[in-house]
Amino acid sequence: MGFPHKSHPRENTVLSKHFGDSDALTLSGWRNRGGYRALEQALALEPAAIVQMVRESGLRGRGGAGFPTGTKWSFMKPGDGRPHYLCCNADESEPGTFKDREIMRWTPHALVEGCAIGAYAIGAETAYVYIRGEFTEPLQRMTEAVRDAYAEGILGKNALGSGKRIDVHIHKGAGAYICGEETALMNSLEGRRGNPRIKPPFPAVAGLFGQPTTINNVETLVAVPHIINNGAEWYKAMSFGNPKSTGTKLYSVCGNVRRPGNYEVDMGFPFKEFLYDLCGGPLPGRRFKAIIPGGSSVPIQTIAEAEATVMDYEGFVAGGTMLGSGGVICIDDAQCMVKQIARLARFYAHESCAQCTQCREGTAWTTKIMERIEAGQGTAADLDTLLEIADNMTAKTICVLSDSCAVPVVSGINKFRDEFEAHITQRRCPFRPASTAAAVAA
Amino acid sequence: MSAAPGGSSAGPRLAALERAPRADARERDADYQAVFVGARRAELDELLTRYPTKMAALLPALWIVQDERGWVSEPAMAEVAAMLGLTPAYVKGVVTFYTMYHQHPVGKYFVQVCTTSPCNVCGAEDVARAFLQHTGAPDLGATSPDGRFTVIEVECLGACGFATPVMINDEFLESVSADRVPSIVGALK
Repeated sequence: MGFPHKSHPRENTVLSKHFGDSDALTLSGWRNRGGYRALEQALALEPAAIVQMVRESGLRGRGGAGFPTGTKWSFMKPGDGRPHYLCCNADESEPGTFKDREIMRWTPHALVEGCAIGAYAIGAETAYVYIRGEFTEPLQRMTEAVRDAYAEGILGKNALGSGKRIDVHIHKGAGAYICGEETALMNSLEGRRGNPRIKPPFPAVAGLFGQPTTINNVETLVAVPHIINNGAEWYKAMSFGNPKSTGTKLYSVCGNVRRPGNYEVDMGFPFKEFLYDLCGGPLPGRRFKAIIPGGSSVPIQTIAEAEATVMDYEGFVAGGTMLGSGGVICIDDAQCMVKQIARLARFYAHESCAQCTQCREGTAWTTKIMERIEAGQGTAADLDTLLEIADNMTAKTICVLSDSCAVPVVSGINKFRDEFEAHITQRRCPFRPASTAAAVAA
Repeated sequence: MSAAPGGSSAGPRLAALERAPRADARERDADYQAVFVGARRAELDELLTRYPTKMAALLPALWIVQDERGWVSEPAMAEVAAMLGLTPAYVKGVVTFYTMYHQHPVGKYFVQVCTTSPCNVCGAEDVARAFLQHTGAPDLGATSPDGRFTVIEVECLGACGFATPVMINDEFLESVSADRVPSIVGALK
């Protein structure tokens, strides 16, 4: 089923098959749809066999970085005598992204099952699902799913009668984009401010509570039961031929587009067909101007670049951007790029944890200058200043929030320089009526 | 989370927060009634079994306080600190990091309108303006004179395909347009 739209025939709904199907929410409904069979199978396997299967499937992290999941799991050394932890990153906060929300909202048991298999595979008895505090409905659904799974003996000290202990706990965040960064997430879970940690040590060595820890995105973990049920070869075959990018990917589509929503397609799908056929193209009478294909932290594409892009990890890189979280933000020709980039800069300034000087100061300066240009008070020198600040914000901080603020600024100036210059020479935003611009400037 | 210092664009919004009723509404230590008694204490005790450290129960404990009192006062921070073996200063440091904990009382209805770029290009600023206009809240972050409404702009609510998402307390509304605002507000009054 599709949600909020009917599934398009060109979609391959593996993860999103039950979106919009309220019967799938209950434990009995989920079992009727094949739920928890993969966990039963997995618990009969050696953890190393599960890791190997996931490695062979080619599954890569769906949170943004695209690290191979099986490889990440293999860093967890079995039998080291230390408690291991699995953290599920459900802090989905990247502007443009709302896929994990729908996964948890419609198929909470899929995530419980994915967490249980993941925990077992990495030798953990405890998994924490860190859900952002604003996700009231997903929090409720997940809490109910975990409660029911305990009641039926799926979780607990004797998970599915296997004699193995698997606990899954829901942990509610409290409003901080940065807690989606894996080391900040661990600090937050420990009851600290959500400041990212310096790596190394990496989480697999010293993570949550100082113990070996793996952090996986929601979409990554819900893919795992399908791999157990159907095999690595089946998963690998869901691709347009690139062996480095396999499986299906959920894309969240938003902004100025006819049919916003979640779409699931095989890796390697043509972006042009995706934007115009699946998503319905631009609003009536409008044209797409820019696309941000992987959440707000990836470089902005012009529509011409996007139309020539193939939707997989390597394809987006070849298109000058990144797959990121799969949050596709469509911007049409009625929108002012300067205003929207200024708004993104303000987002990053608001969300900076303020540990690193380059980020704390850089995001604030960038916001001030961008808003000055948008208000018609920019100077020609401002563009060079922005690029210089961006350079000082890139690859110099503990985490990549600082880089993420620089990305839309640099790609925006490079690709939409004419709009920046028009603001400066006309001393107003050309997208606003003159009277409004004067009021803003005053 | 604190905005960057140095008068970024968040400045006017923070100034509006300063104008909210603070001192007179602040709980005085002498009058403070403990939160963690009875069922709430049992809830915290159960939470503590989930983590290997007491400190890890800090965010959940603060959620219990806010659920019970509507905000997190300094005496409440001190109570949480005592329950978890932390200092009040440490707890305050954590509370001030996270935007969802209210450090002062807010209106009966706390309205959060997402205005980050994906919603912004769909007219989210008009939605925020409409909420200010129809609730009587004088400014973003300030509470209406009747104490019923506080309206803020919030950063990405993670429901971008349902622009504009609006949270009113724990209710999550999808696809709110400016013209729907009067009926939404009317239903709350």
